[in-house]
Amino acid sequence: MSQRRIRVMVAKPGLDGHDRGARVIARAFRDAGFEVVYTGLHQTPEEIVEAAIQEDVDMIGLSSLAGAHRFLFPRVMELLKERGVEDIVVCGGGIIPDDDIPKLKAMGVKEIFTPGTPLHKIVEWVKENVKPREA
Amino acid sequence: MAKVFNDSVFKDIDEAKRKWEAKLERIFQEAPERLKRFITVSDREINRIYTPLDVKELDYNRDLGFPGEYPYTRGVQPSMYRGRLWTMRMFAGLGTAKDTNRRFHLLVNAGQTGLSVAFDMPTLMGYDSDSPRSRGEIGRCGVAIDTVKDMEELFEGLPVDRLTTSMTINPPASVIWAMYIAAAENRGIPRKLLGGTIQNDMLKEFIAQKTFMLPPIPSVKLIIDTVEFGTKQVPKWNTISISGYHIREAGSTAVQELAFTLADGIAYTQAAIERGLDVDDFAPRFSFFFNSHIDFFEEIAKFRAARRMWAKIMRERFKAKNPRSWWLRFHTQTAGCSLTAQQPYNNIVRTTLEALAAVLGGTQSLHTNSLDEVLALPTEEAATIALRTQQIIAEESGVANTIDPLGGSYFVEALTNKMEEEAFEIIQKIDDMGGMLAAIEKHYPQQEIADSAYKYQLQLDSGERTLVGVNKYVMEEEIPVEILEIDEELERIQIEKLWRIKEERDQGKVKECLEKVGEACFKDENVMEHLIEAVKNYCTLQELCDVYRSVYGTYRDPGIF
Repeated sequence: MSQRRIRVMVAKPGLDGHDRGARVIARAFRDAGFEVVYTGLHQTPEEIVEAAIQEDVDMIGLSSLAGAHRFLFPRVMELLKERGVEDIVVCGGGIIPDDDIPKLKAMGVKEIFTPGTPLHKIVEWVKENVKPREA
Repeated sequence: MAKVFNDSVFKDIDEAKRKWEAKLERIFQEAPERLKRFITVSDREINRIYTPLDVKELDYNRDLGFPGEYPYTRGVQPSMYRGRLWTMRMFAGLGTAKDTNRRFHLLVNAGQTGLSVAFDMPTLMGYDSDSPRSRGEIGRCGVAIDTVKDMEELFEGLPVDRLTTSMTINPPASVIWAMYIAAAENRGIPRKLLGGTIQNDMLKEFIAQKTFMLPPIPSVKLIIDTVEFGTKQVPKWNTISISGYHIREAGSTAVQELAFTLADGIAYTQAAIERGLDVDDFAPRFSFFFNSHIDFFEEIAKFRAARRMWAKIMRERFKAKNPRSWWLRFHTQTAGCSLTAQQPYNNIVRTTLEALAAVLGGTQSLHTNSLDEVLALPTEEAATIALRTQQIIAEESGVANTIDPLGGSYFVEALTNKMEEEAFEIIQKIDDMGGMLAAIEKHYPQQEIADSAYKYQLQLDSGERTLVGVNKYVMEEEIPVEILEIDEELERIQIEKLWRIKEERDQGKVKECLEKVGEACFKDENVMEHLIEAVKNYCTLQELCDVYRSVYGTYRDPGIF
């Protein structure tokens, strides 16, 4: 049975336009040999979950830098559950205060990467925590 | 002609330099240079030393001149900071209009000399607080403004006829400006007395900051409406702040920031001329906004090059005759992207260096970032330290005692020349593509910036570049800083307020006003006067933006990486 490559989606939920980090991460994932889908900006949680299902991704990386993660990340988790695709691994990154991290993890976000995290650490984390589904 | 160096000196200097280099070679054979490449934050290699040989052709009057004189390399006003200090303008906005008004009063009492409004994401994108798209975002990264009522509360008790106000607003700039004018007129202050700035620069939104609403062409149409209206009705207002700040934050180099910003300026000038306006009527009200990043000399050279380049562009390319049209007046903000979440107190030092570069570069106004801005909106204490940083530079350090103190430095002049040359090459490339709008359609600036951002990150990760506290001098245990919390109740309060206004207003009037704005859009007429009437009748931000959206359609991010 052949194994496919890890397929990840980098997503920008909400109205926040800060996409430098998301685009840098998307490139790093591509350079690491993952298949990468980037949603572009201004996506609603509904749009992200729908796209993740359509694109059959193994992981969603959510990026937020304008403080709306407290509403948007849990909403994405809720929708994944509703749609029965909780097996998609979710991680997040951006400007996320330390105090919010345990709350987000309790809702099922597997990891949060804050500013200053080297790209290779994120890539390694994905390799360890995300298993591509069988082709 | 006023050549600084006589050709006869170069031979002697060259000889002496060769001797010095030979000596250096011997030294470096024993112990090599500290680094393989000595680079700026923009990956520019810097030489060991600069001498007259690097600025052989320097002509004092032609290349530098005196402050207030063409080509303005040394400053736009003749007196610069000997006459008046730069405006200390702290960017602020949080929660409701009342919350932000409180912060404004605090900053004015602490000695700030201009106001600057940060709006929340829904306002920036043209949504009201009761839109489903606004959930979780209201008042989070700025102030929520839905109606003229919010605008009135925002400036309550502040002397807007004396203090100038800058508003960082782009897609809905025309609507927000209409609210500002209406709020002032409701207070009895005539529009001709109002001084300030709306950012109103959509091209850099498509390139970098990414708050967009309408496609590029109608976006530019609305900008030119404000330019035309301002020229005739609000003569002290800067109708546009052509911004490199966000281009740099998105990861560009210093030269890319310079080139893309001036290329945007060229596009707006072109569009206003095509509208039938005289360049000397509107160009004096164009203002600029740059980033001051951590690389000290490169930033100073960038500011100096920007002034000289814009002067040449306006005089030579657009044949402007009014010297005021040649002036590049600019606001500066220290680089948010240079701050680190790790050991956040170090950010005070970074901001100080960046603010100093802006001052030595001759900025007209300045925002200094707070130490905690990489974590959340600034607390009162952090914002006060940031303002104090400017006051110490202004009133203790002595750097404002003389104008352009680095003028004549071999290094700074050589760097200024080099950056100008490279930026003009990029502008030429954009011209060859058919101008900035065409370049944006080809994703040229977007892709260039993404490349630079990625390269920078790889250099950080490899350790070629040092970031103190992040990839060097790391501490396991960090001192936590206090973080500003935005009250969760705020969403409900803001939405209820909006609903009350919507209920109490004259619905017939609202309908009529919205139709008039739509008609003006359809007929390609100037929308400004209709907008002012509409907001006075409590049409909301989103209602007016929805008119725009329905007439012009919306723009979607192409999602390039």
